Amino acid sequence: MADNGVNKGRRRLLLGATTVVGAVGAVGVAVPFVASWQPSARARAAGAPVQADVSKLDVGQRMTVEWRGKPVWIIKRTPEMIERTQTLGADRLADPQSEVPQQPTYVTGELRSIKPEIGVLIGICTHLGCSPLYKPEPDAEGVGVDNWPGGFFCPCHGSRFDLAGRVFRNVPAPTNLEVPPYRFENDDIIIVGEDEETA
Amino acid sequence: MGNPNKVKADSGFMRWVDDRFPATQMWQEHLSKYYAPKNFNVWYFFGSLALLVLVNQILTGIWLTMSYNPTAEGAFASVEYIMRDVEWGWLIRYLHSTGASAFFVVVYLHMFRGLLYGSYKAPRELVWIFGMAIYLALMAEAFMGYLLPWGQMSYWGAQVIISLFSAIPSIGPDLAQWVRGDYLISGITLNRFFALHVVALPIVILALVVLHIIALHEVGSNNPDGIDIKKKKDETGKPLDGIPFHPYYTVKDIVGVAVFLFVFMVVVLYFPEGGGYFIEKPNFEPANPLKTPDHIAPVWYFTPFYAMLRAITFTLFGLDAKFLGVIVMGGAIAILFVLPWLDRSPVRSIRYKGWISKVMLALFAISFAILGVLGVLPATEGRTMLAQLCTAVYFAFFLLMPFYTRLEKTKPVPERVTG
Repeated sequence: MADNGVNKGRRRLLLGATTVVGAVGAVGVAVPFVASWQPSARARAAGAPVQADVSKLDVGQRMTVEWRGKPVWIIKRTPEMIERTQTLGADRLADPQSEVPQQPTYVTGELRSIKPEIGVLIGICTHLGCSPLYKPEPDAEGVGVDNWPGGFFCPCHGSRFDLAGRVFRNVPAPTNLEVPPYRFENDDIIIVGEDEETA
Repeated sequence: MGNPNKVKADSGFMRWVDDRFPATQMWQEHLSKYYAPKNFNVWYFFGSLALLVLVNQILTGIWLTMSYNPTAEGAFASVEYIMRDVEWGWLIRYLHSTGASAFFVVVYLHMFRGLLYGSYKAPRELVWIFGMAIYLALMAEAFMGYLLPWGQMSYWGAQVIISLFSAIPSIGPDLAQWVRGDYLISGITLNRFFALHVVALPIVILALVVLHIIALHEVGSNNPDGIDIKKKKDETGKPLDGIPFHPYYTVKDIVGVAVFLFVFMVVVLYFPEGGGYFIEKPNFEPANPLKTPDHIAPVWYFTPFYAMLRAITFTLFGLDAKFLGVIVMGGAIAILFVLPWLDRSPVRSIRYKGWISKVMLALFAISFAILGVLGVLPATEGRTMLAQLCTAVYFAFFLLMPFYTRLEKTKPVPERVTG
């Protein structure tokens, strides 16, 4: 059966078994090293979702919360504001249907929101990262354009966005304002930073 | 004592060493009795120059870590501190930053030499593959190093490159987050890139350089004629067209080193920013995650691949343009690894290949250079079309190679090198 009393079949079996066990061990050892690259507990806490209570927000007004170091605007739109926003079209807006993915998939339509009256936007101009000003009233002063439907105006380089954060034509900003992931905990509480489906 | 098969000194201290460590054997194998072809031309300087730049990067790099602070709060200020307050800090930093660009200059020329004279062809496939692995590790090293000054272009360049991972369907966003270690590029990312840049990747690169040279010395150096010099040997077994690497090529390489250092030091001392191409202008502003620069361009040595990434503006097979761009960019580098098996020509050197090979190599080099220029410029419709054309030429050079190298008529290769 074997040369010089060596059982080759048993050697192969032992070698194979040792290799398999060793490989399992190597994978096990790799786990902590690979997992160590995930965001740490502190990073996760700093990037955790934030809550906002919109029950005390007046109609037509805006509030700002901070999420992952960025200002997040929440506005409560009046029926007139909604109507003025919905009538805007491709003649004035660069991307009226929000084809550039600047929003979660569940945020659709002209208003780019889950509920028509509540808009949630990241308040950073998509041009060079300034924070645009809130100019909700029609034909507001200082936006440099006639027939202003209400929206946001960036004082740095004059970019303009409507009340759904959609960018106007012929301004420096290339895309609509970003919409963060968010969901409604109940009618009053918004969780910014958590997706609707994972809730 | 020791291994009797090794070459040893006859007596004295070296004999004592040789009985314990193969010093004389290694000296002869790799230098004094390593026979290199006698017809090396100017293209053969760049391998030893790459080694010189590697030593420069390691030495200056170690000195920089002594004053650098790898935190989001301290990194930018510590680089300014090195530039202004550390004795000779400005010189050490400029040697390192200019050295990065110089490394890619000599490596690109070294690689082009390989393409010219068929240095990747059998039996040198592994020399080429180890070399390509060095190139890949070098790109990772340079990319991570560029984040460390924590300037605006450091930050946003890294943002663009890491977001390439998120283009991979399904696992992409989690993979990008794993690389960053945070939801955005932060001090956490900076600190791990620092660890990889100064410890992990230099070890990998040094190990690969050793493998590259051992593989080269096993098979022997190619030459501009692409002739195997080991076929013609004298009665003592030395190749007739070979000369010992030391002292002949060590002395020749010193001339190359002198010329290189002259040019290098002119850049270091008079144009350390390389006109905004070695150190980009937005990098004199600290990183600001809320403010995107007007125009984000990678450092010049990445721009050919960046231009290919941007050239893909269409969807295909249900894959979106961004992911396709990542595939094309990755493919452009991956295809270099299989080059030894794409070239079916019976001759190695371009001197004896047919006209199709010459035209294709010229078109390839021109396309690569054009892509490099396009990669630093903002994209326009016309430039995107040009980038698409050059990307097509780049891939055609490789993918058509099995056909044109087999079909074309080659010239007869001489028996001995032509000097």
